[in-house]
Amino acid sequence: MSDHIVRSFDDELLALGRSISEMGGIAETMFASSVDALVRSDTQLAQRVIATDQRLDALEREIEEKAILTIAKRQPMAVDLRAIISSIRLAADLERVGDLAKNIGKRVVAMNGQFVPQKIVGGVIHMSDLALDRLKRVLDAYMHRDVETALDVWNNDEEIDALYNSVFRELLTYMMEDPRNIGFCTHLLFCAKNIERIGDHATNIAETIHYLVTGKTITIERPRSNASYAPLEIGEIPKDD
Amino acid sequence: MSFATAMHHASSGESVPERITIRDLKFYYGDTLALKGIHLPLYDRKVTAFIGPSGCGKSTLLRVLNRMYDLYPGQRAEGEVLLDGENILEAGIDLNLLRSRVGMVFQKPTPFPMTIYDNIAFGVRLYEKLSKAEMDVRVEESLTKAALWKEVKDKLNASGLSLSGGQQQRLCIARTVAIKPEVILFDEPCSALDPISTAKIEELIDDLKNDYTIAIVTHNMQQAARVSEHTAFMYLGELIEFNATDRIFTTPKDQRTQDYITGRFG
Repeated sequence: MSDHIVRSFDDELLALGRSISEMGGIAETMFASSVDALVRSDTQLAQRVIATDQRLDALEREIEEKAILTIAKRQPMAVDLRAIISSIRLAADLERVGDLAKNIGKRVVAMNGQFVPQKIVGGVIHMSDLALDRLKRVLDAYMHRDVETALDVWNNDEEIDALYNSVFRELLTYMMEDPRNIGFCTHLLFCAKNIERIGDHATNIAETIHYLVTGKTITIERPRSNASYAPLEIGEIPKDD
Repeated sequence: MSFATAMHHASSGESVPERITIRDLKFYYGDTLALKGIHLPLYDRKVTAFIGPSGCGKSTLLRVLNRMYDLYPGQRAEGEVLLDGENILEAGIDLNLLRSRVGMVFQKPTPFPMTIYDNIAFGVRLYEKLSKAEMDVRVEESLTKAALWKEVKDKLNASGLSLSGGQQQRLCIARTVAIKPEVILFDEPCSALDPISTAKIEELIDDLKNDYTIAIVTHNMQQAARVSEHTAFMYLGELIEFNATDRIFTTPKDQRTQDYITGRFG
């Protein structure tokens, strides 16, 4: 796209894009580290993840302020307006991703070095691999304004949801097997939930990219996988939006 | 399906009648072709904004709609401009009557050098024989419609030129409204006004569209976005894009429209 006649407007939009990318990088690292900390029972790493969240919060505020100022100064139209509105939305989603990674970090700290059997944590790792991959791809899609990839991410959330359901059931089984498992299984369950939520934010980001590039919001229903597994006696697991 | 009908269907879906239908309009300044075959509807009691860089033909188009160009030798229009089905470009058209049906407000306020009252009454007298009482009513009515009555009701005998720029522009609008036109053309009505006066005129346009079909030429994109239902983007004498205003300013289809409204036009 050609440049604006007023060059400082371009600079402002570029700065917003850069801040979003920085947030994306931080959120991604926080998430990966929080799962690392979980797997290795590394309390120190978890503490660092928790501390990093401040930076993400500050960046979100900064982006919001810059975006509002740019709207006030430039009265942006069409693609420019969408870029600015999108940056506000993306910053909010990435800030939430940071919060969720921080939550995982807090769980790790709460478990206080308690050893988690690898076979139990396997499902959670698999989930996080998928979620991290989606987050990476959707952030790349943002960099390249790539609607195709964004839509692909948007369409493939059900795998994580399905995995979450199976992790849920698995952890429930361990808890029923031996009440001493209940403590760390509960922590793991919350971690799994946080990871699942991060996947949801990747979906939000994909929707924002679609809006940013096409000017249209996605109106079709996303594929869901609520009933793909036979329920245990606790009944169907409700899927939050 | 005509271009106009197609665009209309694309934009709103509802069926608003066309007050003015422009078909294959070409306009010449001497040998220079300034409008290159424009097709465009102006919907009944809606505001249509014309935007585009200087020299794109938007003011020319406006001047065709009440044949203002007839005052200048060497200027001529071809094609059709149907006002309620009647082609106003035809030779036999009564221009005085046409201009009473299609009023115009200019960029700079142009009050007559006479009293506020007479500024309104002058035009009315050309078309109608009213008693003093009837004229009083018409003057009050027109000034009220132009949101000026409260400010001038105690000084109707003061000169129109004693008013502020914003008030003068509203006086011109009152003058236009007084002869009960069907269509009002605004040629950059706010470009010489401060933001407060501009806001008043915009508020006024919002009210006026209940009774009149309005076309407005503006260089202020935000103004076009605020006051109009439909927007036409013109460039080098061509109509590049016509659509619902909401669409033009959020998701324009043509790259040139996008470049223009986002300030990228080189």
